[in-house]
Amino acid sequence: MTDRDREGIALELIPEREGHISLKTGSGPGRIACDAESLAGAVSQRACVFCGARVVINPVADALHLIHGPIGCSTYTWDIRGSLSSGPELHRLSFSTDLREKDVIFGGEDKLYRALTELIEAHRPRGAFVYATCIAGVIGDDIKAVCARVEKENGLPVIPVQSEGFKGNKNAGYKAACHALFNLVSRGGRRDARPLSMNILGDFNLAGELWMVREYFERMGLEVVANISGDSRVEQVMRAGEAALNVVQCSGSMMHLARMMERAYGIPHLRVSYVGLDDMAGSLTRVADFFGDGKISARTRELIEGELQALEPELARYRRRLAGRVAAVYVGGAFKAVSLIRAFRSLDMQVAVVGSQTGKESDYDEIRAAADPGTVIVDDANPLELAQLMQSRGVDIFVGGVKERPVAYKLGVAFCDHNHERKRPLEGFAGMLNFAREVHDSIFSPVWRFIPRAGSGQQSAHGR
Amino acid sequence: MAGNFVSTTNPCRMCRPLGACLAFRGIEDSMVLLHGSQGCSTYMRRYISSHFREPVDIASSSLSEKSAVYGGAESLKRGVKNVVDRYSPRVLGIATTCLTETIGDDVELIIGELLRDEPALREVEIIPVSTPSYSGGHYNGFHDSCVALISRLAQGGPRGDGVNLFPGFLSPADIRHLKDVMDGFGLSAVIIPDISETLDGGIVDSYRRIPAGGTPLEAVRRTGTAAFSLEFSAATPGRQSAALLLKESFSVPAERLPAPIGISYSDRFFQAVSRRAGRPVPEHFARQRERLLDAMVDAHKYLSGKRAAVYGDPDFVLGLSSFLADVGVVPAVIASGGGGREFISELELACAHLEDPPEILTYTDFGEIARAAAASGVDLLVGTSKGNHIARELQVPLMRAGFPIHDRIGGQRMLHVGYAGAMALLDLLTNTIIAGAQDELGYGYSYM
Repeated sequence: MTDRDREGIALELIPEREGHISLKTGSGPGRIACDAESLAGAVSQRACVFCGARVVINPVADALHLIHGPIGCSTYTWDIRGSLSSGPELHRLSFSTDLREKDVIFGGEDKLYRALTELIEAHRPRGAFVYATCIAGVIGDDIKAVCARVEKENGLPVIPVQSEGFKGNKNAGYKAACHALFNLVSRGGRRDARPLSMNILGDFNLAGELWMVREYFERMGLEVVANISGDSRVEQVMRAGEAALNVVQCSGSMMHLARMMERAYGIPHLRVSYVGLDDMAGSLTRVADFFGDGKISARTRELIEGELQALEPELARYRRRLAGRVAAVYVGGAFKAVSLIRAFRSLDMQVAVVGSQTGKESDYDEIRAAADPGTVIVDDANPLELAQLMQSRGVDIFVGGVKERPVAYKLGVAFCDHNHERKRPLEGFAGMLNFAREVHDSIFSPVWRFIPRAGSGQQSAHGR
Repeated sequence: MAGNFVSTTNPCRMCRPLGACLAFRGIEDSMVLLHGSQGCSTYMRRYISSHFREPVDIASSSLSEKSAVYGGAESLKRGVKNVVDRYSPRVLGIATTCLTETIGDDVELIIGELLRDEPALREVEIIPVSTPSYSGGHYNGFHDSCVALISRLAQGGPRGDGVNLFPGFLSPADIRHLKDVMDGFGLSAVIIPDISETLDGGIVDSYRRIPAGGTPLEAVRRTGTAAFSLEFSAATPGRQSAALLLKESFSVPAERLPAPIGISYSDRFFQAVSRRAGRPVPEHFARQRERLLDAMVDAHKYLSGKRAAVYGDPDFVLGLSSFLADVGVVPAVIASGGGGREFISELELACAHLEDPPEILTYTDFGEIARAAAASGVDLLVGTSKGNHIARELQVPLMRAGFPIHDRIGGQRMLHVGYAGAMALLDLLTNTIIAGAQDELGYGYSYM
């Protein structure tokens, strides 16, 4: 056991974890260990390759999503994402080959074939994705061959997703998902780009966020060809090659797809974020600039001004109440962490701890650039580290996912869910107001008055 | 795999290692490490935590591609060292997963090597459990772990007057109630495992890495000297019975009962305890039974003839079905993601007085439950929150009970067992049906 004071962060850490935590200082580049396998025994908050692939592709609503593996992989990912669909909801069912001992011994290819065939007959999907899990990988089933056979027999795209759980971390799952999605895109191929058209990549339509963002782009005068993967359809994804531009949020998960489409079809991409007012407005402006069309630019300016004006009075009230409060952010993707730092700053709040499950070195450079000096930056954290950081940095509110929620609550720290479980949009202009309201309502709940450790942030060095 | 399908649609069971995580959570100062890939532990933490709303730390040996090919020994050893370093547990359960079972890692052997090289780790009781996810379900993993704990830790000795109670997987509120019952009879009972505090803790002054509570290690060791064992495992095969293992190993008399859900099964439990303790049922619980009878009479008109589909873990569903049959609701469809011979024969006994025998679905999934519920024309569903989409489709109410309940709060505080539990279930059931009827009428009503 080591008790170290590394760069002024007093933490008890497993020695191998030290490089994964760093302090943003006033100057200098700083380095953080990241994009590595999780440490055995460290209780990482990360899931696996399969999970990464499953959450990225799952929102394709009219596809059959069949998990080739034992039951747990299917149980724990059933309707996990809360992605909304405006039409079919086949994606909300969880299909599995439910591999048993005899399948493990004799192979699961025949079961996979029969499962695919019967499910296609029962549900008449427009396409199918077959996810490989640890077991499928270890017993060596030829999923590709089974998919090809079923595709030929049924005349619909049947796409293997090479997402064996142990083959890397969640990032590898994103990559596997992008390969599968590109497989689908490439069936449509490249056609002449439609002028003033784009694809929305990397929004998963939690709480209807995609609909909001899509409407912004349409109000600007742009045609959205495909949204991948929130509220998407098989045929829509196959048309993605018609778009003039890929607009990519959640770059960790979707950049691979954007790059593949750029290489294959020459479709350029822009990285965007819809979290926080500055990032939302900046993203729309950059998309408008890309098209260089005077009318679109004018409409975009008008849209942004209108939205901002409508929000400002209520937002100002929250800003007054929240000024000086301290937040900790621990999310899956680093892109969101950067946006959240800026979103909190726009509420006159400070982010004292920021981290991600899957950030890469360049992502952490961006986090470092956005963060205030004195911010602790952490990669692939675990509950003990998060608990220590919440306590030692005087955090008022924690922004994360459902796994972090009970840790924050036990420590008397307010919480905002910025992951699958959210029920109100947190993206877009209106989403920022929801976000401010949620942060405010949790911090100012009367329950903390009864909790001994709550509100320690007010006395911390970070409180202003 | 259910009905005519080879595939599974919307699983009605969790995987075997998850049961191990739940069982070890009920042992004091214990941790679990899953020997497999990182995702398993994260998924199960999320799944368990979303029901109990407690931090649930489960370690993983985080196997990589290399270890999947060459074996996971080094990852397992590093994982054990790190988790002991960070959490300082006294007991460490090591549950295997489908991956490590398939690549054939010999956990006993690997741990033996580790203990040879790192003598300091011998302070920790390391308990391997084989929980291949491709066989059985979480209920098996739960029992596997109880059996492993007993076979590893129980010691014999002169017969004492202690009592072992193996409750199976019930709610923390249930475990608290069972303690009260045993206290009421003046019995000194060891409940194994005891999740009453560890999965339903309060806010305390300092954050604990391992939550307080659970069955103390010493108490597990003493189980071999108890006067008798009770086990709620009527729907579970004997080979998964910790009570029977204690009987074989140390001649501790064992009585296996259905989980005491509903008045019939509660009577069997109270009578068994009364007989063994040589004391009548304490006044306090006798009063509870009288009030329950009164409540059952008050409610019977709203319930008579209603038909339910009930689903969940085998032992829990057996209890729920008996409860429904007690109060006049026909358990028309009884379903479980598991369920062997014991489950079916106990259910047939419990439902013998019904006019029409129930449709019993074993090793089933929600796809099949939905078809059966629709065909049978049920008035409500009773079970975990995972049936919520069926309830929506059929436009019937869902009375949530069991594990998991992910779309409501309070699952960990639901009381199901004993007369008090039957009363709580009865009120919930009756009001669920009344609320449905009120909504359906449109104009509502002010008296009933």
